[in-house]
Amino acid sequence: MARIIAGVASSHVPAIGAAIDNKQTGEPYWQRVFSGFEKSKQWMAETKPDVAIVVYNDHASAFSVEFVPTFALGCAAEFPPADEGWGPRPVPVVKGHPELAAHIAQSVILDEFDLTIVNKMEVDHGLTVPMNLLFGSPKEWPCPVIPLAVNVVLYPPPTGHRCYMLGRAIRRAVESFPEDLKVVIFGTGGMSHQISGPRAGLINSKFDKAYLDNLTKDPKKLARMEHLEYMREAGAEGIEMVMWLVMRGALDDKVDEVYRFYTVPASNTAVGHIILENRKGAAKGKAKAKSKSTPKIKRAAARATHRDVRRGK
Amino acid sequence: MPRAQHDYDDIPGTFVFDAERSRQGYGINMFCMSLMKDENRKAFKANEAEYLKKFPLTPEQATAILNREYNRLLELGGNIYFTAKLGATDGHSFRHLAATMTGASQDDYAKMMLAGGRSVEGNRSKSGRDKAAPKSAKPKSAKPKAVKSKAVKSKSRAKSRSKARSKRG
Repeated sequence: MARIIAGVASSHVPAIGAAIDNKQTGEPYWQRVFSGFEKSKQWMAETKPDVAIVVYNDHASAFSVEFVPTFALGCAAEFPPADEGWGPRPVPVVKGHPELAAHIAQSVILDEFDLTIVNKMEVDHGLTVPMNLLFGSPKEWPCPVIPLAVNVVLYPPPTGHRCYMLGRAIRRAVESFPEDLKVVIFGTGGMSHQISGPRAGLINSKFDKAYLDNLTKDPKKLARMEHLEYMREAGAEGIEMVMWLVMRGALDDKVDEVYRFYTVPASNTAVGHIILENRKGAAKGKAKAKSKSTPKIKRAAARATHRDVRRGK
Repeated sequence: MPRAQHDYDDIPGTFVFDAERSRQGYGINMFCMSLMKDENRKAFKANEAEYLKKFPLTPEQATAILNREYNRLLELGGNIYFTAKLGATDGHSFRHLAATMTGASQDDYAKMMLAGGRSVEGNRSKSGRDKAAPKSAKPKSAKPKAVKSKAVKSKSRAKSRSKARSKRG
């Protein structure tokens, strides 16, 4: 069976992509940012996932205001980099994993998460910048990627709780895929930043640090955080951090923090990054019992007991 | 019909792009979206007022576009990820636009960011209804903790570089 072994959260600041593309990574301003990801790249090279699920948001590249899907799962065979006004980023075309993506879509929709299925989509810096930070700049990306685009541009985005529960549903979906695959899931965006209006430039390191701590210790507390609090405390665009909760929901209750990094600023934004692994040895038998024993946040999960029937298994 | 009031309207200096603003600003955002194509950027630059006639804009929206009033555009239903395409057409980065919207000079804004950004203290609420600032509250101009030393060390060099840095940031 396929399984999610670890989660990665990372900011996806466009200026980081620009620094890579314009070969400015050696400059002291950017060294401060990139040096924080050296260990992460090493970790990723050792982990060698077979597939990465990348939760990110589109920034008016693939989706305009004509239609705004709350959750859109990329089921295509490939996703070219979008032209964001400066020409497409010179990064490899992102190869998908259509079989696993279709399986996730089917499983998760029957688990009552009404995803939009996308069979043709370009991907912007929201997806490709975290990939650079974790995989470097290879000629081809080392593994296929399933993009999950979350609306955080048009208010209201899905709640943190909804994102967390979707993560759980994605985990169930992955674990019912027959092929033996190691999957890493990314939550991207954040941390505190505001790039619009007179309050632009807002950074709240205290909030960010507590968020990083609770991601390991008390993700359910984060899942209860209201949008107003994100926007007030972490800036209007800091609300992107709800996407990290999809990643967190897909992991075990108990995780080990393998690595974290935090620096201010990259352009307008606080850069935050964390790697979480499911606690070794605790995962298997426990994971099965868990879908029943996660009582505090129930709703869709409560119906999970019927899911195998509905999937026709 | 006047705009309905929401809890988030209490956040100072912030225009939340909600469904109501999205409806109101459809023309602004679709105009901005059109600027993703080079031929449209050229057509717009050749005759801005004429180009805008292709989009459903109120006179005040059109004026705000022509005058590059970025805060006003947000108030009238524009979204930053869309209006940034107008900025890019003028050769400006996100950071340039952000500085413009705060009313600060580019240099002062860059300095503020390097010193840890705008503090949330005193910037949470227009009405003061939000929870009081924690006791350990730092002054408004507070510098960041963890990254402070590095950020400050590289400040002077970073400053001279900031102009040369890519405009995409």
